[in-house]
Amino acid sequence: MNFETATAIAAQDMPVPYGARLLAGWYATGRPADLSDHLARYGPAPIDGAPGALADAVEQAGLTGRGGGAFPTGRKLRAVAGRRGPAVVVANGMESEPASRKDETLLDLAPHLVLDGAVLAASATGATVAHVCLPRTRADQAESLSRATEERHRAGLDPVEIRVHTLPHHFVSSEETALVSWLNGGGAHPRSTPPRPFEKGVGKRPTFIANVETLAHMALIARYGPGWFRELGSESAPGTTLVTLSGAVRHPGVYEIPMGGSARQALATAGGPTERLGAVLAGGFFGSWLPMPLDPVAQPRGAGVLVALPEDTCGLAETAGVLAYLGSQSARQCGPCMFGIPSVADDFAELAWGQPDTALLDRLNGRLGLLPGRGACRHPDGAARLATSALLAFGEEVVRHMQYGPCSRAGGPLRLPIPAGPPAAEEGWR
Amino acid sequence: MNRDHELSIDFAACDGHGLCAELLPERITLDEWGYPVIRDSTVPGPLLTHAKRAVAACPVLALRLTRARGRDQQPQRSLHR
Ligand SMILES: Cc1cc2nc3c(=O)[nH]c(=O)nc-3n(C[C@H](O)[C@H](O)[C@H](O)COP(=O)(O)O)c2cc1C
Repeated sequence: MNFETATAIAAQDMPVPYGARLLAGWYATGRPADLSDHLARYGPAPIDGAPGALADAVEQAGLTGRGGGAFPTGRKLRAVAGRRGPAVVVANGMESEPASRKDETLLDLAPHLVLDGAVLAASATGATVAHVCLPRTRADQAESLSRATEERHRAGLDPVEIRVHTLPHHFVSSEETALVSWLNGGGAHPRSTPPRPFEKGVGKRPTFIANVETLAHMALIARYGPGWFRELGSESAPGTTLVTLSGAVRHPGVYEIPMGGSARQALATAGGPTERLGAVLAGGFFGSWLPMPLDPVAQPRGAGVLVALPEDTCGLAETAGVLAYLGSQSARQCGPCMFGIPSVADDFAELAWGQPDTALLDRLNGRLGLLPGRGACRHPDGAARLATSALLAFGEEVVRHMQYGPCSRAGGPLRLPIPAGPPAAEEGWR
Repeated sequence: MNRDHELSIDFAACDGHGLCAELLPERITLDEWGYPVIRDSTVPGPLLTHAKRAVAACPVLALRLTRARGRDQQPQRSLHR
């Protein structure tokens, strides 16, 4: 499986595919949209709306955060706008999820939609500055975004200042309180709440933090309205969403699809499976394993990432590998995260590759129950979700591993794109 | 109105000293590494004195006691991914 190929498929000769909005310009031209492309297609961002108009439109559109939490964006806008004093906007382009390429792709192909969204959010919340956060590993992209903001500035487009930053690339450095901490001069690791960023964030000001894709959707809602947004997707999950489809599918890549579809439909967008599938991971390392065979209608949560694994993979071994990585990414501030995730990872390793004793499952379930809600951020919650879903989706394998030891597939190389490297805490947070 | 109080822990501050579990065993136990597990976060009137003592005893001020309040005015702690 090659994750380097996971960028949007060029399709110059094809009509704009069904569902393409954020990526419509790319499909129409086959090249990243520079400022003149962007202005020709969309015109300038409508920043002169009445107070509250954007929050209303976004709320009626039913836009939810595309950074994984699916929190209603309109409500967040309103909460920040309702606080005293000037606010700050933060665009989260960190994309620390290893199986995801959608934010990177969006920032490459339609950077001005994201910047429009940041500027619109700023005018809706009374912010005078918008920070765009990228990981240090994407310094080139940060550079070209900086050039794009300068071009906008010269064209007199933006009433607010946009600043592009590169941060440490650790998994938890993209969590919202970690961004705030870093922007305030501290380390890019999560901080305890309250106060939450919307109350007191960057420079102690009320801070609106959104994923870059969320901002790009806002830029279109501001132009075309909530009714237009709802023309695609379902009543309870309106609009479109970017997904990164990878693994054993014919055309791995980043796609834009209507919200509320099934995993099967999403995989079909990438040409469908190349072989019989053994497991599908939805939502990335904080996501869940889908029970096989795939439910034709069930909508997986956190469907921004789907990884299809062929039949000859061991889901328990893959999960053990991801959990070990997540453990290594702990900021080592909270005991339950620092000790709990590695202990769950060890239990999974024993289950996948060892000779598990009968006490293992009780111990593991007990430990899993003590991860959620016991950290400054939701890193332990995400790890627990993945592990719990593995025990459910691979129930039969669990029984077989308990009885006979490792299966023949457990010995192979892991298929998920698990980053190698030293624990985050050894590399530093600034 | 006489509302219950609610216990919470700032895990980034907590070092696992364990005094809270000693002083408030009705609500707090310890996990295998010595970090507190809140079995029930609500503190009714009769337990309030004990709870306050536990809060005051925490050497790193990681145990918090707040007045329980309605949750719908503000965004919840976002779900993250
Ligand atoms: C450990 C951890 C890592 C996260 N990483 C990202 C990320 O890479 N990108 C992102 O947009 N949100 C990430 N989030 C969620 C952010 O904290 C925040 O909720 C989000 O950026 C808000 O934007 P949204 O409402 O548009 O989704 C992460 C959360 C956690 C707990």
